[in-house]
Amino acid sequence: MPVGRIRADPADGTIRRETLKLQRSQDPMSTTESNGALLSLRGISKRFGPVQALSDVTLDIPSGQVTALCGDNGAGKSVTIKTIAGLWQADGGEMLWEGRAIRHNGPREAEALGIKTIYQDLALCDNLDIVQNMFLGHERLEHRLLDEDAMETAARQTLKELRVTTVRSIRLPVSSLSGGQRQSVAVAKAVMANAKLVIMDEPTAALGVTQTRMVLDLIKRLAAGGVAVMLVSHNLNDIFEVADRLAIMYLGRLVVQGPAAQFTPQTTVEYMTTGTSRQMAGTA
Amino acid sequence: MTTEQTEVAPEESIDSTLTETELATAAPEVLATSLGDYLQAWWRRIKSGESGAVPIIAGLIAIIIFFQIERSAFLTNQNLVNLFEEAALYVVVGAAETFVLLLSEIDLSIGYGVGIGGFVIAELIAPPVNFPWWLGIIGGVVAVGFLGFVQGTLITQLGLPSFIVTLGGQLGLLGIMLELANVDPTAVGGAIQVAPTSPIYKLVNSNMSPSLGWIALAACLAVFAAVKLARQRSRRARGLHTQPIGVTLLTLASVTVAGVLLVYVCNSNRSALAVVRGMPWVIPFVLVIILAYSWLLSRTRTGRYIYAVGNNPEAARRAGIKVNRIVTFAFVMSGATAALGGAIYVSTQGSMATDIDGGGLVLFAVAAAVIGGTTLFGGRGRMVNALLGGVIIAVVYNGLALMGVQAAVQDMATALVLIAAVALDAVVRRRSSTR
Repeated sequence: MPVGRIRADPADGTIRRETLKLQRSQDPMSTTESNGALLSLRGISKRFGPVQALSDVTLDIPSGQVTALCGDNGAGKSVTIKTIAGLWQADGGEMLWEGRAIRHNGPREAEALGIKTIYQDLALCDNLDIVQNMFLGHERLEHRLLDEDAMETAARQTLKELRVTTVRSIRLPVSSLSGGQRQSVAVAKAVMANAKLVIMDEPTAALGVTQTRMVLDLIKRLAAGGVAVMLVSHNLNDIFEVADRLAIMYLGRLVVQGPAAQFTPQTTVEYMTTGTSRQMAGTA
Repeated sequence: MTTEQTEVAPEESIDSTLTETELATAAPEVLATSLGDYLQAWWRRIKSGESGAVPIIAGLIAIIIFFQIERSAFLTNQNLVNLFEEAALYVVVGAAETFVLLLSEIDLSIGYGVGIGGFVIAELIAPPVNFPWWLGIIGGVVAVGFLGFVQGTLITQLGLPSFIVTLGGQLGLLGIMLELANVDPTAVGGAIQVAPTSPIYKLVNSNMSPSLGWIALAACLAVFAAVKLARQRSRRARGLHTQPIGVTLLTLASVTVAGVLLVYVCNSNRSALAVVRGMPWVIPFVLVIILAYSWLLSRTRTGRYIYAVGNNPEAARRAGIKVNRIVTFAFVMSGATAALGGAIYVSTQGSMATDIDGGGLVLFAVAAAVIGGTTLFGGRGRMVNALLGGVIIAVVYNGLALMGVQAAVQDMATALVLIAAVALDAVVRRRSSTR
């Protein structure tokens, strides 16, 4: 599907389409930045029966930066992160992890590499406390028994590094925490598991103002600590607050990616809704 | 019973500023840094419906006071020991049911698990096999544990509801039990006698010597105190927050009082005709089971996973927990524990017969767990709950029997207690979910 096809202005539609093709094929950003990117997708495509969910997605995710993946509903964000997380296999293209081609079968293998996905449901157990949740599936043992003290010490250290300070006690059950705190626990859990890439799906979707602030600060600190963060979000305020890089999807294609400074909220919305932008195309 | 609660140790605040939501959501208990704070926080927790075993103990005390007023024979040591012996089976089947209830599953086959366990044990220790008692118990545990494994496998591998599988299991196990009695030539009229010299028989019908009771109590208290204080010290050495020393001492004191009362009641003479003193062996038997299972649930990885799967199977699966294995394990434990109940049943009856009411027994199993505070919805509950619930059921039946109330009324009264317990559970759930 030609990218410029549904442009509202038919008068310069053809010109736009050509400009965009030029940009897509010779986009300097997508080629130069691939060196040193933690994870690179190269021409990833995915098809569900007759539906082409992803076509030729090329995306770089560098360490120590927040890459925001945006797009309207149905743009292919979820399919992209699920492919990265190993829930689905790509039909075509390749994934490079630290420069090596990888192909993981299932989320376990993705996690073993250091790819940790935090879905909106957070996958926490309400009846367990913060420490127990952070170590779930990776409990530390001593003489085959749970080593609670070691886990508590380590969990406290991690939370301190992430500066999650609003929880009164890390022995509180997760059910008693606020939405932002729960998100913090989920992030801390990922850090605990030595994640190199943390993918967060709409982390602020259900949060109030204070809670959102808390989570955004946490995301910044996570990236500052050298972790690659991929943030999937609709919320432009959040994106422009924390993202170092933006990648915008439209109808299964990755239409543009680059440093956040090159985007304005206006051009971002244009890309999200039409797959192209008058202003950006002009400057590219 | 307060021991486990106090383990939720308060944590030093990293940041002294607290948000509004923080104050509203934090369990007050963890804010305590002194005994006074702790008690205050504890009371607030009770009022907010997050109190664990406290309302259940309060209810138990209320029922006991009622029966004592009605019949002064209720709180005699003779009656109390009777009551403990009655409670033993309810407690053990309640513990069996707790394993599966924690996963929000149910096991309706437990009653005939007790029956099969009883038959296997009786057949193994009686002539012509004449195995030692412990081999008999192992045989029963393995047999019924295997049946639990079969049911658990059907539930997990075929994705069947446990209610239906174990309902079928109830019938199937009844059939197996009858067949066991049929094929055994020593089971005359469907009953196998157990020799009074057998330790299985003595489980309920024989007592520890009074001095052994005191020595065992002293040893248990010493170990308990040592473990508790050592754990405190190691936490302090690691710079982790420890509970106030007052709380520790209070816990130790209350456990000591409870233990001394129990041993004292059992060690007093409880017969007008002869001297009958000492704790029936079944009491330590049950306490060891409850202790071991509590330890399994709180200190091992498997126990942690049972709680995780019971609350959020999807999260557990994503954390790499083999959910099916955990569910199957719970059904194995349920069966194996039912077989231990079989040992108690055989001992109480002095024989094993096909007239066991397995259908009624499973209801007591669920009731004991739920009355004690284990939820039917998974993820919340402890083995201590089964102990409490089993004792409450025994108290109700025993007290009403003392009052000369008909069996029909006894059943109705127990039904009311069960409904009250489930209502309490539902209220607590609603409160915690609306926050």
